[in-house]
Amino acid sequence: MAAEIDVKYVAHLARIALSPDEEQQLSTQLGNILGYIEKLKEADVSGVEPTAHAFPLVNVTRPDEVRDSLPTEEALRNAPAKANGLFMVPKIVE
Amino acid sequence: MLNQLTISELAARLAKRETSAREITYACLDQIQRVDERIHAFLSHDPADALAQADAADRELASGVTHAQKPLLGMPIAIKDVINVKGHPLTCGSKLLGKFISPYDATVIQKLKAAGAIVFGRLNLDEFAMGSSTENSAFGLTRNPWDTTRIPGGSSGGSAAAVAAHECVATLGSDTGGSIRQPAALCGCVGLKPTYGRVSRYGLVAFASSLDQIGPFTKDVRDAATLLEILSGVDHADSTSVPQPVPHYSAALNGEIKGLKLGIAKEYLVGGLDPEVKQAVDAAVKQLEKLGAEIVEVSLPHTDYAVATYYIIATAEASANLARFDGVRYCARADGADPIEMYSKTRGAGFGPEVKRRVILGTYVLSSGYYDAYYLRAQKVRTLIRNDFLKAFEKVDAIVTPTTPTAAFKAGEKSGDPLQMYLSDIFTISCNLAGIPGISIPCGFTKLPKLPIGLQLLGKPFGEETILKLAHAYEQSTAWHKERAEL
Amino acid sequence: MEYEAVIGLETHVQLKTKSKMWCGCANAFGSEPNTNVCPVCLGLPGVLPVPNDEALRLTVLTGYLLNCQIPTFAKFDRKSYFYPDMPKNYQITQYDKPSTANGYVEFEFQGGISRVRITRAHLEEDVGKSTHFERNSGVDFNRAGVPLMEIVSEPDLTSSDMAYEYLNALKEILIQGGVSDCDMEKGMVRCDVNVSVRPKGTKELGAKIEIKNMNSFSGVRRALDYEIPRQIEAVQRGEKLIQSTRRWDDVTGITEQMRTKEDAHDYRYFPDPDLMPLEPSEKWLEEVSKRAIELPLTRKQRLMKDFGLPAGDAEVFKSNVALGNYFEGIAKGTKNPKAIANWLINNLQAKLAEANQKEIAEQSALGLETSEMQLTTLNDLKFKPEALLELVGLVDNKTISSSAAQQVFADMFETGKSPALIVQEKGLAQVSDTGAIEKFCDEAIAANPKFVADYQAGKVAAINALKGQVMKLSKGKANPALVGEILERKLRS
Ligand SMILES: [Mg+2]
Ligand SMILES: [Zn+2]
Repeated sequence: MAAEIDVKYVAHLARIALSPDEEQQLSTQLGNILGYIEKLKEADVSGVEPTAHAFPLVNVTRPDEVRDSLPTEEALRNAPAKANGLFMVPKIVE
Repeated sequence: MLNQLTISELAARLAKRETSAREITYACLDQIQRVDERIHAFLSHDPADALAQADAADRELASGVTHAQKPLLGMPIAIKDVINVKGHPLTCGSKLLGKFISPYDATVIQKLKAAGAIVFGRLNLDEFAMGSSTENSAFGLTRNPWDTTRIPGGSSGGSAAAVAAHECVATLGSDTGGSIRQPAALCGCVGLKPTYGRVSRYGLVAFASSLDQIGPFTKDVRDAATLLEILSGVDHADSTSVPQPVPHYSAALNGEIKGLKLGIAKEYLVGGLDPEVKQAVDAAVKQLEKLGAEIVEVSLPHTDYAVATYYIIATAEASANLARFDGVRYCARADGADPIEMYSKTRGAGFGPEVKRRVILGTYVLSSGYYDAYYLRAQKVRTLIRNDFLKAFEKVDAIVTPTTPTAAFKAGEKSGDPLQMYLSDIFTISCNLAGIPGISIPCGFTKLPKLPIGLQLLGKPFGEETILKLAHAYEQSTAWHKERAEL
Repeated sequence: MEYEAVIGLETHVQLKTKSKMWCGCANAFGSEPNTNVCPVCLGLPGVLPVPNDEALRLTVLTGYLLNCQIPTFAKFDRKSYFYPDMPKNYQITQYDKPSTANGYVEFEFQGGISRVRITRAHLEEDVGKSTHFERNSGVDFNRAGVPLMEIVSEPDLTSSDMAYEYLNALKEILIQGGVSDCDMEKGMVRCDVNVSVRPKGTKELGAKIEIKNMNSFSGVRRALDYEIPRQIEAVQRGEKLIQSTRRWDDVTGITEQMRTKEDAHDYRYFPDPDLMPLEPSEKWLEEVSKRAIELPLTRKQRLMKDFGLPAGDAEVFKSNVALGNYFEGIAKGTKNPKAIANWLINNLQAKLAEANQKEIAEQSALGLETSEMQLTTLNDLKFKPEALLELVGLVDNKTISSSAAQQVFADMFETGKSPALIVQEKGLAQVSDTGAIEKFCDEAIAANPKFVADYQAGKVAAINALKGQVMKLSKGKANPALVGEILERKLRS
């Protein structure tokens, strides 16, 4: 576990723009937190199953039935930009 | 005055036609007007809409509908602003959501409405429920009704303060690492976090999906039982809700706790525990013993790992849960030449410092090469912590602890040091990791200033009945819940 | 030095369900933008996914059709990456515990049977669709959350043609198995290709290069026909290929670099806490396995073996399942299945096509859409399947000539009358009464001294002319074999 964290890289992965100050502050704070988290290395987890859900259930499904969808205007209601029933975004370049 | 009463008291008066839903709602709206400038529990509320719902309730009452049929008929209940209510704004305490209006009701809101409640108001919180003081709200902090220079706790600070300041009859909050129990303790009201899967999460904006639960804030234990009974039950819109029958919780509140085994965990009597808090909790334990409970020492050996485990699991899940707030389908968008720039600017401008901190931490622990060392390991330690409790519950029916190490601290006191803030959740976090139920009830006050102290009761999975029974017996043998903040 | 290509395919297939994967919105193509959307598939704050049980069944059914193992434990994971058509900015998929694993597909290739191993077929969700404009792009989320199955093959393919045949075989299995309609035009099948080259005979793989954006099987073939030589030339030039992703441009017919390993995604997979794991029960698995059809290739081979059909006929019955079933329904009861096959493939198909053409013409005149048209199918034939057996029987026992049989079949198809009845009504039975035939022969001989002379002069073929005369006189009903015998006897004497 490296307590060093490349804030620039991770913030890009998370799509969060940071000011240089924020980057500075975060690498210190996250450094401390990761330092504290190091203590988990002491725990003996050999042969221990991970817990993904506090209460174990399996095969929770729904029947293949069609339900009402939202009216388009409702669906688009909170859109920052819309046109002709579409959610508009800056041009996608890939 | 009506706004100070409990659900059961109000139901009695409504039944006798001594008052009306409109009068009750007025009383709450008046109180909000009178005190919320100082408390700031509410981010928004719509008096006209609340009164319209009240009038509808009065018509139903007039037509003979009883509280046996609709237990919350005419009761004004306010909602933490992280739970969707159709047609109401949703901010999650964040600038990022802009003018978002929700197109759907959370399952718990459908249940409240079906039970006749007047669902009104959006309550302040730490942004996206991340925090322990409500200082992380983008819309200003909520103040503790007992001392407005102090924080109400968090993340459901608004939900606790609104009940403590009698701005409504009861509220809903959410609890991921203590966000119901801690503010309930610091504001001197009752706060219940149900067993994971007991209450549907559909419509609750997810912070950490495997830890989040919705629960009630009330003025006494009976109201908590009444609300839990309404909120509980399997929901086919939530794959993680558990098909477990819902008991008649309030029927269990008969004061009969003789022979119940109550565990004390030595790991919880740690340094950093305020002497006044310790004194109050010790006295409460004595009181419970006097009432017939049998006190047994238990051990939760992995308690010391809880905070670290929590901050890996919670932030990892949050990093994915909050990815959807991107400025495409909703959110206040910042311009960008391409989607990537738009996302980064939108989220960079919209998220506050604590959310950024946690999302970046969570992204880091999941990033290539670190999964096993952090997330997977944390999930295994989570198993150890859960097993500690299951083992302890072979010996006892419930475990009693302080809810918080100290009473409410001053605004700004800890906001500079995230880690210190995280560590103050030490008593509440394990409960979420183990997925068990927990309740916080008033058990005394500090002397100067007079601040509430909370007692936490932890139960077996789906053991809400037992902790409610214990909490109720204790409450009825004390007068703490009758104390009111001077406002 | 000789080089060989190593090719693996990742094929994404939309499953044939009524509703989407996690919500009740319709799984439908061609609706107005953002009309089949709800809070769940728009990824609004607070929503939760609940898996569609039919999508799970179709995935496991695919596992059976592709000879896969069905693990006793499977789960869903979150695959994180930001993209405007991805509502949650993570895709729910199955990362390390898929619902099916370790199978294979067999198909005919270059006169033999090829086998391609299947790594896994796992369940995930489709994304929305973006349209690009001058200055911005627009997103429609109708497709977001449609159940999508990803079928990953081992790198067992060695040529563009082999990849093409593999994809067609896969498609036929999925369509006939009722898993997907695999409609290319509707984007129900999409695939990514992984291809590398290495010196023939060597074992270690070259740098894996992924090609995206092929929207047809022929596109895949063309992309490989471009990419494989490109890589070989590069390597021969001594260039060092690096792992990367390239985009196929269907118009220019070339692949271009999109990104290299360096800027590859970091997907941050982790188990989705909103979804519970899957542990299929014996009973559930048995129900699903009951839905598994006989594989097309298996059936073709069986038809050839059991009925001695030529490959061509068996191929028709393999791809035309209904006709194949019709054939099998009656062929058991006959000594001459080939004849039955001929009637179905040559005559019945033609008649149906003819009929359907008429119907289409009439109904489109009435302004009906193709979808609403009522067309005659094998299910509404006027005659009973057994009638075909009868018809073949009449020909085989020489009751009617094959030319007469054609008339009988046409009549059957129109009226549904039994062959026997038709033969009787139309008097099509062959005449085998020697007396009558002797008489016709004498007339023919008397009337054609020239042919007689030719024959007796040794022009044996002249007898055929005389046979023709006799058939004429008998209005085609004389048994040709008898006519031959009698003529010869008379001419020799
Ligand atoms: Mg995929
Ligand atoms: Zn939907």
